[in-house]
Amino acid sequence: MTATVETASPRARFRKGVRLGVPFAVAGFLVAVTFGIVARDAGLSAVAAIVMSLIVFAGSAQFAAIAILGAGGGVAAAIGAGALMNSRFLMMGVALAPSLPGRWPWRAAQGQTVVDASWALAARGDGTFDRWLLFGSTSVQYLTWSIGTILGALGGGALGDTDKLGLDAIYPAFFIALLVSEARSGRARGAAAIGAVVALALVPVAPAGIPVLAASVGALLGLSRRARAEAEEAGS
Amino acid sequence: MSTSVTLIAGLAVVTAAIKAAGPIVLGGRELPPQFLGVISLLAPALLAALVVTATLTDGKQIAVGDQTAGVIAGGLVAWRTGSIIGCVVIAAAVTAGLRAM
Repeated sequence: MTATVETASPRARFRKGVRLGVPFAVAGFLVAVTFGIVARDAGLSAVAAIVMSLIVFAGSAQFAAIAILGAGGGVAAAIGAGALMNSRFLMMGVALAPSLPGRWPWRAAQGQTVVDASWALAARGDGTFDRWLLFGSTSVQYLTWSIGTILGALGGGALGDTDKLGLDAIYPAFFIALLVSEARSGRARGAAAIGAVVALALVPVAPAGIPVLAASVGALLGLSRRARAEAEEAGS
Repeated sequence: MSTSVTLIAGLAVVTAAIKAAGPIVLGGRELPPQFLGVISLLAPALLAALVVTATLTDGKQIAVGDQTAGVIAGGLVAWRTGSIIGCVVIAAAVTAGLRAM
């Protein structure tokens, strides 16, 4: 393992990750309960729904795959939709890569801990990531994602019509809370605005998942603004 | 049952491969500062796209509903209070309230 200069111990950073991850884990729990119910409605057995959450652990991909299966689509289409939905993790993994030490199998294993909230929380804002904070935040979210799916898959019927409870608003609300915490700088808000417009424009013409992946172009704002700021510095 | 097994195994393998690709190819390298500047803005760009595709579309076209109002209400709570749990609870409550009317 390469030595990196860190102010806090791995253990302290892991604990901080757990602490910061708890609100997302609670919200994720509600999303997972919804997933368990929706998966049963789509024809999956309770065991299948639970196993999927335990080994896939990617909410948006799971929802996308189940939606296609429930609508009568094939397994290949469902897996493809899930893959496209997860394609943003490719960009997140690229971003995270320089912050992961070790040989490639070990880096690949550490990369599995990327989920949206943890990745955003672990970003230090300068392009580097606190991997122990990432691990801590993901561990607590994995726990509640698993428990939530179990409860939803086995006991969801008791809740009745989940649309009436507004549970479908929980998943996007989860992301809006993350976005609010991320969009602190003008540059970040600009990237968010571009990403939103690009995604919306592509929804009618591109397969599910692609609009979100394409929204990555919003991040190119980092290039132009940075270049401009550097030019101004050089000019003054 | 075999459908479920194929679906779960396929999704698991694809997800793991996607998450592993970046760290395997780029791990442990120093990247240029311009690259890091772009990386730091990926989260807001991707999150904003997830929010608008989930709230302002039905997956195929632009569409608003009770859920849209709920998520906006939740977003206001997150913005004013910073509470994630408050955000999701209000979003669900407003959506449920509108549907009950």
